[in-house]
Amino acid sequence: MSEARAFSAPGMALRTAAILFLFVIIFTALLSGAYQWSKEAIEASALEEKTKLLGDVLPVDAYDNDLIRDAVTLPPTPELGLKEASTLYRARKAGTPAALVFEAVAPDGYAGRIRLLIAVRADGSLAGVRVTQHKETPGLGDYIEPKKDRNKEHPWIGQFVGRSLANTPDKGWRVRKDGGEIDYHAGATVTPRAVAKAVHKAVRWADRENARLFAMENAK
Amino acid sequence: MTRDELSTIAWNGIWKQNTSLAQVLGLCPLLAVTTNAVNGIMLSLATILVMALSNVAVASLRNFIPHEIRIPVFILIVAALVTVVDLLFNANLHQLYLVLGIFIPLIVTNCIVLARVEAFAAKNPPLQSTFDGIFMGVGMLWTLALLGGLRELLGNGTLFGGIDMVFPSLQPIQLLPADYPGFLLGLLPPGAFILLGCLIAWKNWLDARAAARARRQPPAPAAALGCH
Repeated sequence: MSEARAFSAPGMALRTAAILFLFVIIFTALLSGAYQWSKEAIEASALEEKTKLLGDVLPVDAYDNDLIRDAVTLPPTPELGLKEASTLYRARKAGTPAALVFEAVAPDGYAGRIRLLIAVRADGSLAGVRVTQHKETPGLGDYIEPKKDRNKEHPWIGQFVGRSLANTPDKGWRVRKDGGEIDYHAGATVTPRAVAKAVHKAVRWADRENARLFAMENAK
Repeated sequence: MTRDELSTIAWNGIWKQNTSLAQVLGLCPLLAVTTNAVNGIMLSLATILVMALSNVAVASLRNFIPHEIRIPVFILIVAALVTVVDLLFNANLHQLYLVLGIFIPLIVTNCIVLARVEAFAAKNPPLQSTFDGIFMGVGMLWTLALLGGLRELLGNGTLFGGIDMVFPSLQPIQLLPADYPGFLLGLLPPGAFILLGCLIAWKNWLDARAAARARRQPPAPAAALGCH
């Protein structure tokens, strides 16, 4: 009798449910344990990476404030191609504005959006540009990333450094094929065209909004 | 575990049931990642680690898992282990994580892990299952390295592109002249499919030739060897 009950359908269902539940409890505990244990180290290395990325676009001797904490949250900004809120960092040297570091998106890459990190000095010239995320064709359009660029000494993205609205006319912010001053690699023109256009728009935006951005209340 | 068992497991993993060439499993990461040999090798290394871990976990717990709910439990175990490996790598081996990190979540999309858990680890003891996971991964490693190497050679004329991201002191090898225009198809997914097809055909051809030779030769020498 008791054996028959052990194999009855509801009993079986309850038993397997209990076992499944037990496995879920054990592995969830394992996961949360691993998460708690690694949390601090992961946060520390994320911060380090952020600092390194900021250092890529803006030399550390250009500012003396705590760049990561001197931040404001930007609402979605169509001029930067951003449909979502983003963070803008303000570099200051001896209390006076030195540079703005912010994100921008080139929406018209060969394979979708190209995310950029751009640093514009207070005088309106570019301190640096880095591609932070893209889906361009590996080996063809991905030279916009200095790590993938075969020219290690003068990576493609470096040609933006020092450019400003003052020294580069509006027409100059195009690839050479379109009559501008921006170099490109044959066979992949769509990618550099998209990046150059987004950088130009970002420089114009920074030029216009400079004073307002530096005066904004700190977010943190 | 006997020597015979080990060599059967190794032979199965590396050649006979090769994940990419015989089982043709896990094509999504295979196509996405093998644009060069280094990426292929790195993904395979991450997969070896996860397969060995999930196989040993399932094999140890196999007697406690009711047959009816084995699939959800396997998925739970594999997903939890991948996440733990991802977290531990990120926390402790950050330099390696920056290189391998993007591949670890990709392993979840690789059905080969679940396939080996179901086909092997659920029926075999932990030690054998660990080796099965490792050798299946080794089979994947050489296939992906070969496929990645062929693709970048065709597409870019280089070999081991991106190696400087793993070992900063090493440089990719430029095999074809630097002005090689590049054959884009090699780098795009269709090129991966075509090359994979060629590799599968090559394996089938070798297997068929070996089978034909075995049939032609009398089995006597093998038997004699067995006697001594």
